[in-house]
Amino acid sequence: MTDMLVPDDPASATVAATTAPRPAMRRAGPARTVRVGFVPLVDVAVLVAAAEQGFAEREGLRLDLVRDVSWSNIRDRLAFRQFDVAHALAPMPVASQLKLGSNPFPSFTPFMLGRGGNAITLSVPLYREMADLAGLDGSEDSLANARALRAVIDRRAAAGKPPLVLAMTYPFSSHNYEFRFWMAAGGIDPDRDVTMTIVPPPFTADAIAAGAIDGFCVNAPWNLIAVERGVGRVVATKRDIWPSSPEKVLAVRPDWAEANEETLHRLIVALDSAARWCDEPDNHGTLSDLLALPAYVGAPAVLFRTLLAGRFPIDPNGRIREIPDYLAFHRGMANFPWRSQAHWIFAQMVRWGQVPWSADGATVAAAAFRPDIYRAALGERAGPVDALRIEGDAAADGFLEGGPFDPADISAYLARFPIRSDVPVSSTDK
Amino acid sequence: MVLAAPEAATPPTAAMTQPFLRIAVIEENAVRAAILVDGLREGGMTAVEVISSTDSLMRRLMVMNPDVIIIGLENPRRDVLEQMFQVSKLASRPVAMFVDQAEQDMIEAAVNAGVSAYVVDGLRKDRVKAIVEMAISRFNAFDRLQRELDATKAELAGRKVIERAKGILMRTRQIGEEQAYALLRQASMSENRKVSDVAQAVVTAASLLEK
Repeated sequence: MTDMLVPDDPASATVAATTAPRPAMRRAGPARTVRVGFVPLVDVAVLVAAAEQGFAEREGLRLDLVRDVSWSNIRDRLAFRQFDVAHALAPMPVASQLKLGSNPFPSFTPFMLGRGGNAITLSVPLYREMADLAGLDGSEDSLANARALRAVIDRRAAAGKPPLVLAMTYPFSSHNYEFRFWMAAGGIDPDRDVTMTIVPPPFTADAIAAGAIDGFCVNAPWNLIAVERGVGRVVATKRDIWPSSPEKVLAVRPDWAEANEETLHRLIVALDSAARWCDEPDNHGTLSDLLALPAYVGAPAVLFRTLLAGRFPIDPNGRIREIPDYLAFHRGMANFPWRSQAHWIFAQMVRWGQVPWSADGATVAAAAFRPDIYRAALGERAGPVDALRIEGDAAADGFLEGGPFDPADISAYLARFPIRSDVPVSSTDK
Repeated sequence: MVLAAPEAATPPTAAMTQPFLRIAVIEENAVRAAILVDGLREGGMTAVEVISSTDSLMRRLMVMNPDVIIIGLENPRRDVLEQMFQVSKLASRPVAMFVDQAEQDMIEAAVNAGVSAYVVDGLRKDRVKAIVEMAISRFNAFDRLQRELDATKAELAGRKVIERAKGILMRTRQIGEEQAYALLRQASMSENRKVSDVAQAVVTAASLLEK
């Protein structure tokens, strides 16, 4: 087989071997370097484990993990060939295929990096106001919390106070869609009743402490940090909204994938092993220590241990919540790119007016998820060929509102939601 | 690939005919902001405004209504802009990143320099190009300055630590200053390390041995 380094010069990339046979044992020859961009969040775990626990090495790969500060940078540095692949939000490749955003360079994902980790945190004074008004004792579920927030919003509006400011991390993010999903389930229109804004994750605790925002939806460990600092109260977690909701993905640059097909397959094999390793409770200590390193997430290791155990404080008073499967890296087919999930993401984009509904749009969106590459790397039994299923119809995997999602009928699904900001179809027809 | 940047065939807009381009520089570092603003003013761009982290980004940009926005790649508030463009699109005020395959070299230079720019759709290419090139060269100039400053600081710190190590050697081995320095140099050469590194080792060791 031809062993070659990943070319930096895209022009020479075309000569890379694409279909070399795969040896069964440890790969021979010089390691191939893959440049991987990431944002410091707990779900970079699979990439870190692959780089640090020998899974990449076993596949003859060297992962060059590069920390970055924003999702815009991840997208642009992927587009401008500084990264080959990247840790990205699941909606990012979907948005890129739909040409949404200020630099819609297309990317796709053949591998999901895990589920879970998100939560919605409100400021302590806001939660107190909710508790007073709605008589909350702290044990309520996320829907009761959303309704209590609605009551506070109504009272504030009646008193002529400015709308609450709620933050998420990126317009094309699970955080944006989950926050909106939760609010709408409680009767809040996120486009009319509150002001939605962006705060980069590392600044969320400061922003809520300073009163610049009244709440946020962000991935771990930032919710826990706000609680531990005594400034935030977790009112909902991803599990309450939709347990299977896709979170981060491996975003891949198409021209790199084309020129380095075999390297991509090896990378997926390495990540598959790393994801299994991350799920093992026995490895959580080591994983926490790795994530704590300044080069990766750079937060105290004890924080990661708490999060990985799925049992953590949601209130500065010390109320503990147990959330099984809060973070899942592999189990329950967490790595498989279900096209039905790309359709669900597209449905959220339509629901909130980011893109008009069209059947073509749904097809384009689904092309961002590549189960074919996942199966090519891991075997035909790794997942179904069409990668379509009714989402959220299992007893333990329901949506907070609206019932199961059938990718074959997005319009009917969206019609079930009274609160939405979608562009009427008639006005967008040619 | 469809790109957001304006094509030559774009019909003329107000932005093409007006003499002054309004440029917003989103920059936390006052020195880099000053270097960039100076460069742009020298290039004839007078309507330049710096927005720092203490300002409300959206409000300032809304009031200023810039034609071009320049922001460093290391600034996490790029994601805030992304949201603003989403919202502003609804208000039909499109802002797009300067992306054009024809300008691949310049884009790569910009990414390497750590700068990104956003322009209002329909702006003439050559005018934007001059601004982005200026931003790149000024970002690089700032980088050079920063490196020189770091090197100077490191050198000063090195000198200080060499002085301290010499003092320790003179005291513990009862030797003169020149002999102490000769010892450090000798160790530096035989271990192939910098004199300041050897000196640091001496200082660290001494502090560990102290009670």
